[in-house]
Amino acid sequence: MFRRGLAAALAAGVLVSMLAACGGGQDSSANQSGGGSDQLTLGFSQVGAESGWRTANTKSVQEAAKEAGIDLKFSDAQQKQENQIKAIRSFIQQKVDAIAFSPVVESGWDTVLKEVKDAGIPVILTDRAVDSTDTSLYKTFIGSDFVVEGTKAGEWLVKEYEGKPDPVNIVELQGTTGSAPANDRKKGFGDVVAADPKFKIIASQTGDFTRAKGKEVMEAFLKANKDIDVLFAHNDDMGLGAIEAIEGAGLRPGTDIKIITIDGVKDGMQALADGKISFIAECSPLLGPQLMDLVKKAVKGEQIPTRVLTEETTFTQEQAKAALPGRKY
Amino acid sequence: MTASLSGHMSALTRRRLFWPVTILIVLLLANLLFTPDFFKIEIRGGHLYGSLIDIVRFGAPLIMVALGMTLVIATRGIDLSVGSIVAICGALACLWISGQDDQNSVAGVLTAVGLALGLALVLGLWNGFLVAGVGMQPIIATLILMVAGRGLAQLITDGQIITINSTPYKLIGGGYWLTVPFSILLALGAVALAVALTRRTALGMLIESVGGNAEASRLAGIGSRRIIVMVYVFCAFCAGIAGLMISSNVSSADGNNAGLWIELDAILAVVIGGTSLAGGRFSIGGTVVGALLIQALSTTIYTVGVPPETTLLFKALVVTVVCLIQSPAFRAKVFQRRRRPSARAAAREKTKVEVAP
Repeated sequence: MFRRGLAAALAAGVLVSMLAACGGGQDSSANQSGGGSDQLTLGFSQVGAESGWRTANTKSVQEAAKEAGIDLKFSDAQQKQENQIKAIRSFIQQKVDAIAFSPVVESGWDTVLKEVKDAGIPVILTDRAVDSTDTSLYKTFIGSDFVVEGTKAGEWLVKEYEGKPDPVNIVELQGTTGSAPANDRKKGFGDVVAADPKFKIIASQTGDFTRAKGKEVMEAFLKANKDIDVLFAHNDDMGLGAIEAIEGAGLRPGTDIKIITIDGVKDGMQALADGKISFIAECSPLLGPQLMDLVKKAVKGEQIPTRVLTEETTFTQEQAKAALPGRKY
Repeated sequence: MTASLSGHMSALTRRRLFWPVTILIVLLLANLLFTPDFFKIEIRGGHLYGSLIDIVRFGAPLIMVALGMTLVIATRGIDLSVGSIVAICGALACLWISGQDDQNSVAGVLTAVGLALGLALVLGLWNGFLVAGVGMQPIIATLILMVAGRGLAQLITDGQIITINSTPYKLIGGGYWLTVPFSILLALGAVALAVALTRRTALGMLIESVGGNAEASRLAGIGSRRIIVMVYVFCAFCAGIAGLMISSNVSSADGNNAGLWIELDAILAVVIGGTSLAGGRFSIGGTVVGALLIQALSTTIYTVGVPPETTLLFKALVVTVVCLIQSPAFRAKVFQRRRRPSARAAAREKTKVEVAP
C-alpha cells in the first residue's frame, strides 16, 4: 500500500513537471511570435560546454546577441547530434527568424536542414562545417579554417627543423574521430610535413579532445616508441594531458619533446608561456559580433559570402607571455 | 597418462576464470610482437614505469566501478548512474579545492574528499531507495541519476573544466607511494575489503540469495531491502572513489567527459568476469580480470596503432570473441565435433593396448 502510493506520487510529480515544461515552451513561443514586432530571434544550438574554448564561444555569441538587440534562444546539445536535431526542430516550431549551430559531427544533417529550408528559415553554420553536398541548405559558414590551422602548425615545425637533416619522429593526438576539426587539422598538418621525407608521423590516435584521454594515449605512445621528437595535439587540452604523461616518463615537455597544439585557451597559453608547449595555432572562439552581422543580413535577404573566416593568429612562447594578461578566455 | 593430462586440462578450462585470464594473457603477449619490451618494468623518476603498470593504473578507476557493479548485479540489479557519480564527485572535490587559499593544505583536500564521498553515499542511498523502497526497476531507477547526475556535475563545474594545482590531491589518482601508483593500492585495498566482507562472512551468500529470489529470501528471514540498499550505496561509494582518481590523475574536473560511458565498460567487465546478469552469483576476481582485460585492450590499440576509425570495430570483435569463447554452450557446439574423432581414436588405441598381451 505504502509502496504503491509512493510510486503514484512520484509518477504524478514527473507528469506535473513535464506539463509545466511544455507550458513554459508554449508561453515563450507565443510571446515572441506575438510581441516580436521587429526584434530578430536567433535559435543557436551549441555543441556543448566541453572546453574553455567552447565556453568563450558561447559567451561571445550571447554578448554579441545582447549588443545587437537580437533575442537569442540558446540550446546546449551536450555533444550529441540527436539533441541538436531536436533543438533545431524546436526552433522551427518556435518560428525563429534565423538558426545558427555548430554541428557536433559532419554528416547526417540533410533531412533536418531540408525541414529548416522548407520553413523558410536561413541557416548559418558556426565554427564547424557539414559535409552535405547540397550547399543551398545553409546560407553561410562562419568559422575558422581548420585546415589552415593544421597548415600553420606544420609550417612552424618545418621552419623549426630547417637545415637539420636528421629524421623527426612525430606523434599525433587526434580529436574526436569523425569531427571536422580532427579531420581537417590532420589533413592540413599532414600535407605540410609530407613534403619533406625526414618528417615521420609514427603514431596517431584519437584523444577525444580531453585531458584524461590525451594523457592515457600519450603514456602508451611513450612506451611503444622510444624516440619521439614532436607531439602534435589537435587541441590544448589533449596537449596538457600529454604534458603530464611526458613529465611522468622523466622527460621535459617542450624541450625533449616539442609540443604543438591548436586553440589557445588560457591553460594552454599558460603552459606555452611556461615553456612546456612550443607553439600554438590560435582558433579564435570570439565570432559572436561577426555572426550577428551575418544574421541581420541573411534575414533581410542580402547577399552574403558562403564562407566567412574568423580572424586568427599564432603564438610562440614569447608572444604568449606578452598576450597572456589580456586574454579573454 | 594422456588421459589424466587431458583430464587435468578440462578441469582447468572448466574453472570460471580460465578463459578471461587466458585471453588477457594472449592480448598481452600479442603486444610483445609490436613492442619488444612491453613487459619491461623499470624505476624511472622514483616510481615504477612500464606498460603493465599503465594498464593497472588506468584500469584502477574501472576496477573500482566494476567492483561495486558486481555486487549490484549479483542482486539482479544494475546501476547505470555510476558514470554520473564519477563526474559529480570529481567535480565537487575539485571545486572545493579550487576555492581554498592554499590548495596544498592536507586538511582542505581531506575535506574535499570527505564531501565528495559523502555525496556519493547520499546518491547511492537515493538509488537504493528507488529500487528497494519504491520498488522501481533498477534500470529505470538508476537511469534517472545517470541523466540528471551528468547535469548536476555540469552545474557544479559551471560547464567549465576546473583546473587545480594540489599535490596532496594529485596523490589519489596520479601519485605514487613507495614507488607504486597510489590508485593501484587503493583499488587493491577496496577489492581485498570486498572479498573479505563477502566471502569471509555470510554477506556474499545473502547477496546471492537476494539476487536469486528476493521474496523467498525475505520470507526466509533475510532483510532483502536492507541488502539491496547496501549494495547500491557501496556501488556509488566505489564510483565516488573512481571519480576522485580520474579527476586527480589530470588535476582537473571535467563534468562533461569524466566517467562518460564507464557504466557500460563496468557492466562489460562484470560479464566478462563470469557474473550472471540474472543475479544470484558473482565473482569479484573475475570482475578484476574483466576490467584489466578492457584496459589492456585500449592500451593494445594505442601501442599496436589500430587506426582510430576502426578502433570501435576492433574492440567489438575482441569482446565478441571473448564472450563467445566464454560461453560453454558455444564451446560445446564448435569444439565437440572436432574432438569426437580423436576421442574415438584414443578409445581404439586403448582397446589395442588391452588386446596386446
